[in-house]
Order: sequence, then C-alpha cells, then structure tokens
Amino acid sequence: MSPTTVVFYLLAAFTVASAFGVAVSTHIVYSAFALMGTLLGVAALYVFLGADFLGAIQLLVYVGGILVLSLFAIMLTHRIADVHVSNRAVGRVPAAVVALLVFVGLVRVASRAAWVVWDRQALVPTTAAIGHAFLGRWLLPFEVASLVLLVALIGAVVLSRKEVRP
Amino acid sequence: MNPHLVATPAAWVALVPLLPLSGAIVLGLGGAWLQHRVGPRAVSAIACGTVAAAFLLALRALATLIGLPPDDRLLVATLWPWLEVGGLAVDVALGVDPLSAVMILVVTGVGGLIHGYAIGYMHGERGLWRFFAFLNLFTFAMLILVMAENLLLLFLGWEGVGFCSWALIGFWYREPANAVAGNKAFIVNRIGDLGFVLGLVLLFWTFADAGVPTLAFRLMEPRADVLQGAQLWGMPVVTLATVLLFLGATGKSAQIPLYVWLPDAMAGPTPVSALIHAATMVTAGVYMIARLHWLFALAPSTLHLIAAVGLATAFLAATLALVETDIKKVLAYSTVSQLGYMMLAMGVGAWGAGIFHLVTHAFFKAGLFLAAGSVMHALGGEQDMRRMGGLWAALPHTAVTCLVATLAIVGTPCFAGFFSKDAILWAAFSSRYGHPLLWAGGTVVAGLTAFYMVRQFVLVFFGTSRSDADARQHLHESPAVMTVPLWILAVGAVVAGYLGVPPVLGGSLGVPHVLEGWFAPLFGGHAEGSGGSHGAHAELELGLMIASVTVAAGGALLAWLMYGARRIAPDRVSDALAGLPYRVLRHRYWVDEMYAAVFVRGTVALARVLAWVDTQVIDRLVDGAATLVRGAAVLGRSIDDWLVDPAVNAVADATWAVGRAARRVQTGAVTSYLYGVLLGILGGVLLWWSWAAAR
Amino acid sequence: MDGVGVQSWVILSAILFVLGLFCVLTRRNALGILMGIELVLNAASLNVVALAHYASLGRDGQLFAIFVIMLAAAEAAIGLAIVLGIYQSFETIDVDATDRLRG
Repeated sequence: MSPTTVVFYLLAAFTVASAFGVAVSTHIVYSAFALMGTLLGVAALYVFLGADFLGAIQLLVYVGGILVLSLFAIMLTHRIADVHVSNRAVGRVPAAVVALLVFVGLVRVASRAAWVVWDRQALVPTTAAIGHAFLGRWLLPFEVASLVLLVALIGAVVLSRKEVRP
Repeated sequence: MNPHLVATPAAWVALVPLLPLSGAIVLGLGGAWLQHRVGPRAVSAIACGTVAAAFLLALRALATLIGLPPDDRLLVATLWPWLEVGGLAVDVALGVDPLSAVMILVVTGVGGLIHGYAIGYMHGERGLWRFFAFLNLFTFAMLILVMAENLLLLFLGWEGVGFCSWALIGFWYREPANAVAGNKAFIVNRIGDLGFVLGLVLLFWTFADAGVPTLAFRLMEPRADVLQGAQLWGMPVVTLATVLLFLGATGKSAQIPLYVWLPDAMAGPTPVSALIHAATMVTAGVYMIARLHWLFALAPSTLHLIAAVGLATAFLAATLALVETDIKKVLAYSTVSQLGYMMLAMGVGAWGAGIFHLVTHAFFKAGLFLAAGSVMHALGGEQDMRRMGGLWAALPHTAVTCLVATLAIVGTPCFAGFFSKDAILWAAFSSRYGHPLLWAGGTVVAGLTAFYMVRQFVLVFFGTSRSDADARQHLHESPAVMTVPLWILAVGAVVAGYLGVPPVLGGSLGVPHVLEGWFAPLFGGHAEGSGGSHGAHAELELGLMIASVTVAAGGALLAWLMYGARRIAPDRVSDALAGLPYRVLRHRYWVDEMYAAVFVRGTVALARVLAWVDTQVIDRLVDGAATLVRGAAVLGRSIDDWLVDPAVNAVADATWAVGRAARRVQTGAVTSYLYGVLLGILGGVLLWWSWAAAR
Repeated sequence: MDGVGVQSWVILSAILFVLGLFCVLTRRNALGILMGIELVLNAASLNVVALAHYASLGRDGQLFAIFVIMLAAAEAAIGLAIVLGIYQSFETIDVDATDRLRG
C-alpha cells in the first residue's frame, strides 16, 4: 500500500464521515459544519487529483460563499434565543432502502463497466489551461454562467425582501 | 187538408207573436227603469199596446184568409232554418190557417182585454213591469204555440207557456205558498211534457224510418199512411204516440191525472188566472189535438181513452166545485170541468165542436174570473164566499156581466155556452166514436155545472152581506179600465155562440153554421158531428137538447132553492149519508195526499238511495282511482329515490372518490415530491438501460 | 495514483451521492435539504473530475466542476432566498408545515 493510497483513503474517510454527519445530524448547525468538513475533504481530493485551481475555487466559493450563506440563512430563519434548532428526520427507513438500492446499482455499474484507463499524465498546474479554456473555446458558457449568477443575485435580493402589505 | 194547398207567403204574420215578444224584452230589460222614471203608465202602455197591435194584425190576417179561396187558406211566414240534424230539417215557420186564425184572435183579443183589466187590477203593484213583461212573454209563447207550422216549434211554445205560467203563478213569490204553487204547476206540467216529447220522438222516428224525416204538419199529414201497420214492442205506433201526446195534453189542459196544479194556481193574480188558466194556456192541449186530428183519427182506441178521461175529469171537477168556498177555486174546478168537455169533444172526433167550446169558454170564463177579481178588489182582497153576499146593488157592472157569463156557462139557450155545449153533447151521442152513455154523463155534468155556478152567483151577489163592517164601508165598483173589458167579454159570451148555430135551429132561419164552414177545409174529412145533424136526426137532436137544458135548469133551481130562497138547508144536504160524500168532496178525494205519499215520498226515497250509492259506491270508486294514482306516484317516487338518484349519486361519488384518491399525490410536502422526482429518474434510467440492453 | 483504481473514485462518489440522497429524502428542515443537494452536486463533480483524470482529459473535467460550482452558487443563493421567503410566510422552515398546496 503506497502512501498515495493511504492518503486517498484517509481523505475519503474524512469526507465520508463528514457527509454522514451532514445526513444524520439532528442539529442543523452541526449539519452545516459537517458540510464544511465534507467540502474541505472534497477540495483536498480535487488537489489529490491534480486539480489545484479547482480545489482553491472549491474552498473559496463553496466553503467561503455557499456554506457561509447557508449559515446566514440558518441564523436568519431561527429565533436567536432558540439554540436547539430542530433538524428532524422522518421516513429514514424508506429513504435508506432507496438509497441502498441506488448505491447497489451504482456499484454494479462501476464494477462491471469496462474502464479504459489511459496513460497517466504528469501533474501540472492547471490554472493557465483553465483560463485559456474559459476565454477560448468555452467563452459562451462562461458568459452565460456569469449572466446566470447576475440573475441569481438580483433574484435573491428580490425574493428575500419582506412583503410590504398595503 | 187540401193535398194541393197553395200557401200564401206573408212575412208580416210573424209580427203577431213578435210584437208581444218585443214588449216582453223591453219591459224585461228596462221595465224597472221605465216604471221608476217615467211611471207605471208607460209600462202599461207598452204591454197593452203590443197586444192590441197584435190583435189588429190578427184581424188583418183573418180578413186576408177570408179573401183567399177556402181550399188555399194558409198564410205562411218562414223566418229562418232552425235545425238541420241528421235527416231532420226544422224551420222557424209560422202559419195562419182557419184553426190558428181563430186561436190567435182569441189569444190577442181576450188577452188584450185582460191586459187592459190588469192595468186597473194591478194598480200600485211595485213589480208591475215584471208582471207585464211575463204577461207579454206568455202571449208571445202562446202565439208561437198556435201558429207553429211544425211540432218542434209548437213544443217550444208549449214549454214557453209553461215557464210563464210558473213565473206568473208565483208572481208574489215572497209568500212561500205562491212559489210552491208555481213549482207544483211546473213540475206536474213537466210530467206531461215528458209524454209529449216521447210521443214527438216516436212520431218522428216512425216517419223518418219510412223516409219522411219531417215534423212539419203540412208535410206529415199527407203521408200519414206511413203510420199504418207500424209497430213498436207489439203495439201500434199510432196508438202509442197519440197516448203519449195526450199525456202531455192532460198536463197542460189539467185533465186526470195531472189536473192537481190548476186549483193551486189560483195563488197567482186574478188576471193571470183569467188569461192563462181559463182562456189560453190550458186550451193548448185541446188545440194540439185539433191540430193533429188526422193523427188521432188513426187511433180510435186513443180517442176512446180521451173521451173517457175528458168526461171523468169533467165529472170529478164538477163534484169538487160543489163544495168549494173560495171564489177562485170554484172557477178553477169549473175550468177543469169545461176542459173535460172539450176533451170529450175531441175524444168523439168533434174537433170543430171542441174548438167552438174553447172560444165560447174563453169569453165567459175570462169574464167570470175578471168579475171575481172585481169582487175581490171591491172587498179588499176577500176570496171566501162565506164572507160575501148582497153585492148586487153595490157592484152593478160586475154583477150584470157576471150574470151574463154565468148564464152562458150554464148553457142557457141563446147564450154562447148553450150552442157550444150542445154541439159537444150531440157529437158525444151521435159520433161513430161516441156513445149515448157519454151524452148522459155530459148532461149530468151540465146539471152539476148549473148548480155550482148558480150557487156561486147567489152566494156572492144576493142575500144579506156577510162581510165585516170595514169591508162594507169600502165597497166600491171597479174603475172603467176594469169594467169595460167585463162588458166586452159579456157581449162576447152572448154573441160568440152565434158562430155555431146548428142547422136544426138555424136552418129554417137561414143562419149558417159559420164555424163548420170555416173549419171544413181543415177537418172536412175527419170531423164528426161538428155541425150537428143535418136533417136526418133533427128530432133526436132537438130532444137531446131539450133534455140537457132541462137537467141544467133543474140544477140551477136546486141551487136557488138552497142558497137563494133558503128553502132547503145546505147543512141537511151535506149531512146526508152520514156526511161522508161531503167530507170526501171537501178533501178533494185525497188526490193530492195520494200523490204526495206515492210519488213525492217515493221520489225522495229514491233520491236518498241514489245519494247513498253516490257516496258509498261512486265516491269510493273515485277515491279508489285517486288512491291508484297516488300509489303510482309513490311508485314513481320510489324508483326515483332508489334507482335514479343512487345512479346519479354513484356517478358523483365515483368522481369524488377518484378525486379524493388522486389528490393524495398532492401532499404539499416537499419530501414526497422529492421522492417522486427520484423515483421517476430511477424509473427513466432503468427504462433506458433496458432499451439500451435490448439493442 | 497506483493502487487507487477508477472504481474506487466512482464508489467514493457513489457513497457521497447516496448520503446526499438520504439527506434530501429524510430532512424536514429546508436548509437540510439544500445541504443534501450540495452533497449530491459535490459527489457528481468529484466523479467527473476523477474520470477525466483517468481519461487524461483532466482539464475538461475541471471545467465541468467549475461550472457546477458556479451554478451551485447561483442555485444556493436563490434557494436560500426562497427559504427566507418561506420563513417570512410560515414562521417556520419545516417543509412538512408548508403543505398549504395539499389537495
């Protein structure tokens, strides 16, 4: 077992454990922090795969943006004094069954698929390549995604305004 | 009848009945207003004017007839077609021939005099307009009856006079007894009318079956041969029809068994009694038989029946008049008795003699009634002869005219009644339908007639007054408007007789029997003894004449002895034979009581039975039908409730249930929606896999 | 990378995906459901990046993942705004309580 493999399994275990925490935790805040852990783990795994820019973006946007936003939302949607915020779960058994079935299906696909593994490439910094791609071939999707973000921004502002009753 | 008779069209003849009708309509509709606003004189003027005008027209009709050849004496006014049903076609056709000319002169002449008399008699009457309206209406109906050219129109007049009689008898209807008398007259007449209608129908039926569907006299008489041999239920049609028609005549002309209404009819005003119940309506039966003489001539058995009934009635009524104390009731029974004489004449085929007596009777009976009215008027309404007497000096006009009429009815020679009554008696003896016994009976009745008439006259006018002091104080002769008709009628009661002087008396003097010649074209073939014997039996006739006059004189003498000279006490006579005959007569043979017990009670009992049937049987049936309908409704309702509604509801419920089941998808819970999405994706993926695997 | 086969990466992604699925299906807190969705997205992105790496198409997979992150951000913003709106209307973000549209 090479050190890479051990690192992989460690990272994987951390991520899965955090994800578990997200899934089963009763406190919503605990879930949020477990999600942070998961996102950190995923970022680490990205870096493990040689996607250094992606990992950084993951940390910046997902953890620093989305997760913080979620925490804000949590705080805004519960009374300040109410620390024990409910995060009940219902229907665990049917969900577990379905989840299990899906997992089994996916695992079967994974194991039976005839994976074609190509030659490994050396790990190189990817930032420049991604930058070139965004402003080259993938320019239109990039711009459209920007537009989407703009609309989402406006939409979020509009949606979260308090209704003014005449 | 002349088979080749040529009728002369004369539309103006229709005015004779129509003038009184217009008077009746005017007075009926506006009489109250007229009487109130203009005065009773206007009412009287209209009423009497129409009848007087009709009389003048009747005279003109007579003159016109005289101007025509004897075989063609017929004036016809066909007004309009009345009915056309099946094969029967009836017109409103009025005709004047020798018979109806005599009748209309009597009706309008005597009727006109009575109208004038009534102006005085009914003076101050509040319902004067109603009285004269009905009187005019009666005149119209009677004229229609005698002028009708067919049996149906005659029946219309027949019914009309019956109605007017009811209205006039019960004129003072506020007194219940008067209304009851009117009802009795109408109901009893109705029974007779039933017979008339049945006879009419039977007659038409027979004629129609033989191909002559008509009720017009001029068309039926030549074809009378169709009645030969015709039978119904084993009886000759002719006999049956004539008996039924005669039944109608007994009702109208107050013969046995339907005479009981006439005495009660005296409840009406005296002019009514004079006009309707002496001179005109009651003679309708006699006229009808004269008009249909050719029919009755075909049924000898009916003629015998008529003669027997007539004589029996004459005798019965005369006996009842012997003990009457009411001045008008005596005259009523006298009328019934004289009508019996007329029926006797008809029964022996002496049509002309019967009509002759009808004419003379009209004069003296109307005169007697009007005189009685004058007496009652003088005594303030007193009708009981036991409270009269000694009125000769106080009421000269009334007394003299009454004397003349009394002499006439008794059959005093040279007065009218003598000639007509003797004609009947001779015919009763000598006719081929007659019999000496009939003559004998008629002579006995003549004696009774003389008795009760003289009795009445003596009781009223002679002797000491039995009225109370108050009445004696107000004693006064009637005004001229009442005495003038009395005089005219008195003159008629003498002169009218000379229309029928029998050859045995007048032959040597060259005086013709006017009526015989007059009626010859009509009755020629069938008349019997109407003109009296012609030479062959002159002595027999004279002898019979003397015999009957003697009997009458004897009756008169007896009455004078009992009531005038007071030689024989009336009480001793009435007490004879233990007073039984007297009591029987006073109770009028208990005829009314018998009718009440048998017919009236019987009808009431029948009505009760039928009422029971109606409520118990018929009503139950009807209710049963209603219950059936209700049951059907309940059944329908059940079907609706148990079949239709559940079906409809089931549809609605099904929709509801489906909706309720379907809406469970719409949980509103996000989680379930997520499940749905997930399962849908998984399902899609599976499908895609299987599709890809199959490729 | 020796010893870590592509299957491992796929299985890892599968585990994360299923956990995210489980979280989505069981949570009653709306924010919990959104967290589950983030897990799923991350699992999918990881899977793509891993497969791209093994297919020597590393750059393309990363581009995909970057796009996903961008869209996840937009989606999270909107989603959280909606949750705030729900909170304003219902005073709660319990999704079982927001069943006013139930039939």
